[in-house]
Amino acid sequence: MSDTGGGGSLFAATARDLDNRKKQARYRGVFLGMTLLLILPVFLILAVLISRGGPILSLGFLFTYPSSGMTAGGVFPALLGTIFLVTAALVFSVPLGVAAALYLSEYAADNWLTRLINLAIINLAGVPSIVHALFGVGAFVLFFGFGTSILAASLTLAVMTLPVVIVSTRESLQAVPRAFREASWSMGATRWQTIRHIVLPNSVSGILTGVILEVSRTAGETAPIMFTGAAFFLPFLPQSVYDQTMALSLHLFVISTQVPGVPDALPYGVALLLISIVLIMNSASIALRMVLRSRKKW
Amino acid sequence: MVAAPSTPPPVVEVNNLRIRYGKEVALQLDELSVVPNEIFGIIGPAGSGRTSFLKAVNRMDLFDRSMDVEGSIRFRGRDVRTWKNVYSLRRRIGVVFPLPVGLPLSVYDNVALAPRLSGVRAKSELNDIVERCLRRAALWDEVKDRLSSLGSLLSGGQQQRLTIARGLSQDPDLLMLDEFSIAVDPVTTMRIEDVLKELKQELTIILVTNLVQQARRLADRTAFFLGGRCIEIGATDAIFSGEVKDRRTTDYILGRFG
Repeated sequence: MSDTGGGGSLFAATARDLDNRKKQARYRGVFLGMTLLLILPVFLILAVLISRGGPILSLGFLFTYPSSGMTAGGVFPALLGTIFLVTAALVFSVPLGVAAALYLSEYAADNWLTRLINLAIINLAGVPSIVHALFGVGAFVLFFGFGTSILAASLTLAVMTLPVVIVSTRESLQAVPRAFREASWSMGATRWQTIRHIVLPNSVSGILTGVILEVSRTAGETAPIMFTGAAFFLPFLPQSVYDQTMALSLHLFVISTQVPGVPDALPYGVALLLISIVLIMNSASIALRMVLRSRKKW
Repeated sequence: MVAAPSTPPPVVEVNNLRIRYGKEVALQLDELSVVPNEIFGIIGPAGSGRTSFLKAVNRMDLFDRSMDVEGSIRFRGRDVRTWKNVYSLRRRIGVVFPLPVGLPLSVYDNVALAPRLSGVRAKSELNDIVERCLRRAALWDEVKDRLSSLGSLLSGGQQQRLTIARGLSQDPDLLMLDEFSIAVDPVTTMRIEDVLKELKQELTIILVTNLVQQARRLADRTAFFLGGRCIEIGATDAIFSGEVKDRRTTDYILGRFG
């Protein structure tokens, strides 16, 4: 640590200081470059989709059936199908996931069973979607005899999204300070009364945020619905949950790879629509979180 | 066991109590009783088992699985572990924690929550409870015009008085305060101390405090806990005038350690 710096002043930079400063600038540049590289694909994808698929998007596109062997027309049954599938999946996964999260966060002791459940949740989250798809075929389509149907497909989606719902809900519940619970318990409130009056009202926005993010992920899934309930093409809308349905994600796959003579703009339009749904959902969840923060109660 | 006619039956009566966390004994208490309408002070350094004692009295140990309670604590003559309904036990014991806990509800709902949960529905009755409890906690004048604002956004001292009001909302027989002044300014502390002197007329108070002088000001009798043992127990005046069994009590009171 020799003072080799020029000037002799107490505060003058030493050669080592100057060298460190240069290095620091270099590393900063490298990390910044990596980060910019990261957002590049997002903007490229968006730019390409908007420039090539944008012109085709219109209300008419949203509300008309595909025509001429899917080489023209709109995406109405696929759009509606995706909405059906996502809604039905939420109907199954949200109550189940919230109940499980409530149990794990508010009731469970730290014992082998809880640890086993946690392990199962983590593993469930790591299962590839194609495996979920085959599980859905085995369990819902064949074993329960739902056939390839909205019911089977949405149950498969629900199983797939369950761990995420559980984890995000549990985090929202844990964000409510324990002191609130203890104050409530000490007044003679039961665990359920405490959950009902103190914990849930203060975590519901966080839970909702998680659910919305879940919607955007579910909407884009293809593999889990491919064998369990999504159809290649249907000239009519599903009449019940036991019918098959078209879905945007599968429709995109089909018109991009399986159907000859589709004009270029069509798949780009569908992709843009799909990504718009995801972006809108994500923005909604961000907006909700901002509202939540601005109304901070403690 | 019939109490002598001159002394009223104790509110809290402890026999051979032992509280453990795993193998570690947090508190070993052979005998202790708290009589009606007294302020019973408990002093002692951190880790002496005072908070564990309070938790055992209103059975909050049920929420702490590592906590093990043996021996007997009688509340109003009945062992707290034989109360079939722990919720009714807790309703008769108000608790104030070290850090003020304003629940994220309106000021009104903070106080009305517990009565509502135990079945009080009538609006007029709830109004009465809220006003009475806030008055008794010396908070009414400051919040009467904003009963609908959030309790968790009041100042620290106000929140602590709100906590006291909440603790009173079910007309408890016993109020337990655990270092209530730790996050409260001196002026508010004095106000709350005045409140406690008033409340003594109607109920019994156990006051755990780090401030030796606070015990001296308020408590009728004082116990000194040290390292999980009750070293000293006696009339506050006597203890502070040096009539002690154990030298360590005087050392602690005079600030030679702790």
